[in-house]
Amino acid sequence: MNPANYLILAALLFTIGTAGVLVRRNAIVVFMSIELMLNASNLTLVTFSRLHGTLDGQIMAFFVMVVAAAEVVIGLAIILSIFRTRRSASVDDVNLLKY
Amino acid sequence: MSSLVTAAGELTSTSTGEAVTFWILAPVAVLAALGMILVRSAVHSALLLVANLFCVAVFYLLQQAPFLGFVQIIVYAGAIMVLFLFVLMLVGVDSSDSLVETIRGQRLGAVIFGLGFAGLLVFPIGSAIDGVRGDGLETANTGGNVQAIGRLLFSQYVFVFEAVSALLVVAAIGTMVLGHRERDGGPVGQREWMRRRFASGGQVTPLPGPGVFARHDSADTLGLLPGGGRASGIGGIPGIESPEPAESPEPPANDGDSALAGAAGKGVAGKGVVGKGDEQ
Repeated sequence: MNPANYLILAALLFTIGTAGVLVRRNAIVVFMSIELMLNASNLTLVTFSRLHGTLDGQIMAFFVMVVAAAEVVIGLAIILSIFRTRRSASVDDVNLLKY
Repeated sequence: MSSLVTAAGELTSTSTGEAVTFWILAPVAVLAALGMILVRSAVHSALLLVANLFCVAVFYLLQQAPFLGFVQIIVYAGAIMVLFLFVLMLVGVDSSDSLVETIRGQRLGAVIFGLGFAGLLVFPIGSAIDGVRGDGLETANTGGNVQAIGRLLFSQYVFVFEAVSALLVVAAIGTMVLGHRERDGGPVGQREWMRRRFASGGQVTPLPGPGVFARHDSADTLGLLPGGGRASGIGGIPGIESPEPAESPEPPANDGDSALAGAAGKGVAGKGVVGKGDEQ
């Protein structure tokens, strides 16, 4: 097996995550799709790290994980505060900025 | 020399064990990801994402990144997904997606976009990786993967590390600010709770449990019909109408009939009768 098959798998996962962000209306599921995309990019970084024979890619993936954790915490807090005022977690209900 | 050549050309193809693991887990990962965006329940989405994260963790382990593999399991599949499920339970499990499209044809457009995007990503990669030769991490990982990552992290990337830790602190403070709720006035005491409870004028005592016969009907213990109405017709729970007038629990047509029919009618409306008798 070619080790770069991991890249194709990561591309597929990234695409699925993109489609999830576009299709789903529940803000939490949209967030999970973003997590999926971050994971796909992490898999790409780890694969390139292995192909290049250096550990920089793994370090980068580690930082991506940290940033993803911070992003999830902030995002879920925003979703919760929106839910508190509007009683809904749907992204369609938060369209007040449009007008 | 020949050992060097074999070492360099080693990664043109991977070992059989890795190939078998990859071809078993890659479809699982893709199917879990597809299921995550296709199932309606958000909790099922979260569980399928956990399955996907575990598969990716195994891919990290296969690619000589044991540190990242275990961090993935601990941080992602453990902490972050628990956080997701926690918020899901707070928001309400039944808050599934609406099927109303705000933009017409959005789903179809998303599917077409996804297929095109996948084609754009996969086919160039597929042609570019033909005969790619990796170096492998054996030299970089000498002395242990964790040790090597730690050495890099605290020498070359130490400022990035500091910036990321500052980011984490900011994120924690931001979450506290967002999650904080300002109270109007001071804390509400027991006296104030009692005042509110009686000022609203509704039912002040707890309702009887289901299946309990109304043995009393007074201000402190209401005689309630099974439907929630008041047996004696006085007061009752606001918003709930008595299902039938309490004055005639039995239909008048039953009065002159046979004893059997009368007994059956009494049995059905017996709770109302008991409630009336108690108040007199």
